[in-house]
Amino acid sequence: MNPTNWNRDPKNSVGKPRRRVDARARVTGQVRFADDLSLPRMLHCRLVRSHVPHAKILGIDASKALARKGVKLVLTGEHFPIAYGVLPVSHDEHPLCNDKVRFVGDPVAAVIATTEEEAIDAANDVVVHYESLTTIATPQEALATPEPRIHTYGDSGNVHKKVHFEFGDVDASFAGAAHVFDDTFFYEGNTHLPIEEHASLAIQDPEGKLCIWSSTQTPHYLHKALAKALAMDPAHIRVIATPNGGGFGGKSDPFNHEIVVAKAALMLGRPVKICLTRLEVFYCHRGRHPIEMRMRTATDKDGNVLALDLQTLLDGGSYGSYGVASTFYSGALQTVTYTIPRYRFRGCRAFTNKPPCGPKRGHGTPQPRFAQEVQLDRIAVKLGKNPAALRLQQLAQPGSLTANFMRIGTIGLGACIDKVVEGSRFRERWGKLPFGRGLGLACSSYLCGAGLAINWAELPHSGVQLRLDRSGEVTAFCGATEIGQGSDDVLANIVAEILGIPPFDVRVVTGDTGLTPVDLGSYSSRVTLMMGNAAIQAAERARDLIAKSAGEKLGVPASRLVFANKRVFDAQDPNVGMTWLEALHRAESDHGTLGTVGSYRPAAPAAKYKGGGVGPSPTYSYSAAVIETQVDPDTGWIHVEHVWVAHDIGRSLNPTLVEGQVIGSVYMGLGEALMEEQVFRRLPPRLSNALVHKIPSILEYKSLTSKDMPDVTTYLIEDPDSAGPFGAKEVGQGPLLPMMPALANSVFDAVGVRVDEIPVTPEKVIRALEAKSKRYGPDEFPTVDWPEPLKVAPPWEGGDGTAQNEKPRKSKIAKDGTRIVTP
Amino acid sequence: MTDDTPRTTVRMTVNGEDVETTFGTHKTLLEVLREELGLTGTKHGCELGECGACAVEVDGKPILSCLLMAAECDGAKVETVEGLMDDARLHPLQEAFADLGAAQCGYCTPGFLMTAKSLLDANPKATRAEVKEALSGCLCRCTGYQQIFDAVLSAADKMGRA
Ligand code: FES
Ligand code: FES
Repeated sequence: MNPTNWNRDPKNSVGKPRRRVDARARVTGQVRFADDLSLPRMLHCRLVRSHVPHAKILGIDASKALARKGVKLVLTGEHFPIAYGVLPVSHDEHPLCNDKVRFVGDPVAAVIATTEEEAIDAANDVVVHYESLTTIATPQEALATPEPRIHTYGDSGNVHKKVHFEFGDVDASFAGAAHVFDDTFFYEGNTHLPIEEHASLAIQDPEGKLCIWSSTQTPHYLHKALAKALAMDPAHIRVIATPNGGGFGGKSDPFNHEIVVAKAALMLGRPVKICLTRLEVFYCHRGRHPIEMRMRTATDKDGNVLALDLQTLLDGGSYGSYGVASTFYSGALQTVTYTIPRYRFRGCRAFTNKPPCGPKRGHGTPQPRFAQEVQLDRIAVKLGKNPAALRLQQLAQPGSLTANFMRIGTIGLGACIDKVVEGSRFRERWGKLPFGRGLGLACSSYLCGAGLAINWAELPHSGVQLRLDRSGEVTAFCGATEIGQGSDDVLANIVAEILGIPPFDVRVVTGDTGLTPVDLGSYSSRVTLMMGNAAIQAAERARDLIAKSAGEKLGVPASRLVFANKRVFDAQDPNVGMTWLEALHRAESDHGTLGTVGSYRPAAPAAKYKGGGVGPSPTYSYSAAVIETQVDPDTGWIHVEHVWVAHDIGRSLNPTLVEGQVIGSVYMGLGEALMEEQVFRRLPPRLSNALVHKIPSILEYKSLTSKDMPDVTTYLIEDPDSAGPFGAKEVGQGPLLPMMPALANSVFDAVGVRVDEIPVTPEKVIRALEAKSKRYGPDEFPTVDWPEPLKVAPPWEGGDGTAQNEKPRKSKIAKDGTRIVTP
Repeated sequence: MTDDTPRTTVRMTVNGEDVETTFGTHKTLLEVLREELGLTGTKHGCELGECGACAVEVDGKPILSCLLMAAECDGAKVETVEGLMDDARLHPLQEAFADLGAAQCGYCTPGFLMTAKSLLDANPKATRAEVKEALSGCLCRCTGYQQIFDAVLSAADKMGRA
């Protein structure tokens, strides 16, 4: 691309609050979600799920089901010998279980019938014979019970993954510290609870190829999984991601049911649809990992952190999912918020016989963020400092490398803190409110997309293609997936901004592997930045072609042309110009049919040690929040009075949507902080040994209703970051992170007790009030046999991003372009 | 559903039009709307009366269509999101939801719109607290509700002035 001298300050639609381009469909009920689709001759699929948590499958008798009139097909594990999974390191799932089941809910068979009712009845007729195995309910049990193994791969026994990093001589820092803080925390798991239940519809298309519509956040990964699990040529598979009725990470894995309906459609030559029930959605899960944590912090006499020593133990559930990444994420971002000169991180993920955990909004980082921010509050109290001042004195530095070699871009965190402190009058009121009322502050940072892709191919992470039609309409094609966050609007907005046309003149076609260039998917807050940069490149290429033609005709240098209000004109004399349509026609006559492409791949991370691939991002967003609560010391009831939240957005592309993401994050964070729990219990042995979800219904899985939601004051801090499109950073996940610690800190300010466990429930508040320690939380961190650390010297101690004690790694490129690195 | 499944025929007015439809007697109004009449604007998140996504208006009252047997709807007047527009013009609630960001994924939106419509029809001057109360049976996982409250109040304002 030619370097361009157009500056990136937006003049048109970017930065202006407005209705999103797809709003009309959303308010008229015309968005076609996956379950809204139906086709002639469509069949219905129902999965037979295991009711035992860990067992060998001895046999499956489907004769009764097959004898039913409407039943067309029964599939079992025999039809699916090939394993798949989202991460290349954990292809540990089969579309239907092959020889054993690993959790209550694991699918063992599938029934395809003419009606949904018939499929349900027939599924109940399938008899599965099991031989039960020892069931593992917690990571502690997993550590103590190496046999029987839930999986035959992984670090050892029922340990899936262990990691150990040391960035600098942490013990020396502790030895020389003025203060040492040592706390243990527990963060209970919770789930996404999208209101839309997962659904998929697969067909064999008229050419005999596979096409599937599915409520997925990651059509590209589903595409790969289908090709692998069905041993098909990916060129004969088309995945169309239907708009998701909420995702939050819960629709990011390729799912069993998707592969099953695909196979059935291909075998039967008829459309096959499945829509999960709410109960099944709870069991599909892939949500927040429960994590035990121990955080030790060494500080100088002023509370400046000298070193951090973090241990995490993750309850992974029964499959890998994104879990290896989650394990790294439970330690990777501790360093990007404040200056941490030395850092040790030890993380362990264990398998248990529960639904698999995976990525939920904030992926692996809310848990250690909770620990760090609550501990900072303790440090402030102990040293008699204001929690805001303690943070402000040691913010990470813009443009710097952290101890673990994360490269930081701009940091709007100082401004964020100032805003929420001012708005809530935190300095004047913290520590001084009457008993029962409190204020809590917390901060956070988050990725704007992962610097390294899941599949390490040297290929773009996002691609955008533009088609410029003679009518003046521009169509933007991109594999990004609309999950409600507004990615279609981001795409239209950016293209429209550069071409000077209204966003509503841009048609977007997204999330369709048969039509759109690959985008890796709607996860890790990557879409605005990555798709946005690809869109800029494509749109600027189009603009350059048009400017050349228009400039020649007008006798004005192309670089002086302005694209705005559907016109192309001379910046020095706006009367000299032509309409958008005229310019478009000139360009088409000069260059032929108009179309451009753009793509984006992040720069190589600075972290070169093994495991350093998780955490790097083109830039990081920052958030700060103050929560005010009223806590009843008799009942423990916590009433959230108000939330002030500030988010470092870099640049707000459409402030209406940005604000919506911030408030939505506050809402979901408060749900986690106060009530949401994905918890399990064993049924009494005389019934079975099942390990079942305690509360698999929307009524019992408590989440905030409209009446629980406090008023939120939102501040957007705009300090454009050169890595982002027009300077924009992410907003979908970051603002959730400070909620849980800010809530816990406000409860301390209100009634003087520490609840070191999420959720902070009334019962725990009462138990803490009654305890001598004035605390509720885990007493100790479980003993884990940690491996030798990978030693990496921080940048300021001469480190270059490689580990001092690492064997060189070999890498090779696999058939599908994936780079495989082996130790 | 097999050949011997009992079937029922009802006549109702759906979005102002008379319809006669025959369906398996076990079906809920939600299922009949979506599966028999092709009105997929009404959504489901639980089919147990817990999420509010399926709210429609029946005889002027907000009703969870997953909890109402369609067989009981003979003679009923049913309004769904498909009938909210005035010909091709958006209802003020729809305008406000669109402008103020009250629909993110949009999955809960039809339920919120129909519940809010019932509220404003009965109480055109509803306060913020009354809006919160009236909508408390509808769950939204995306918005945090604030932009929904703003939209309902802004629509109420516009409808009052119209
Ligand atoms: S579908 Fe959830 S209340 Fe009706
Ligand atoms: S907008 Fe997604 S659930 Fe409400």
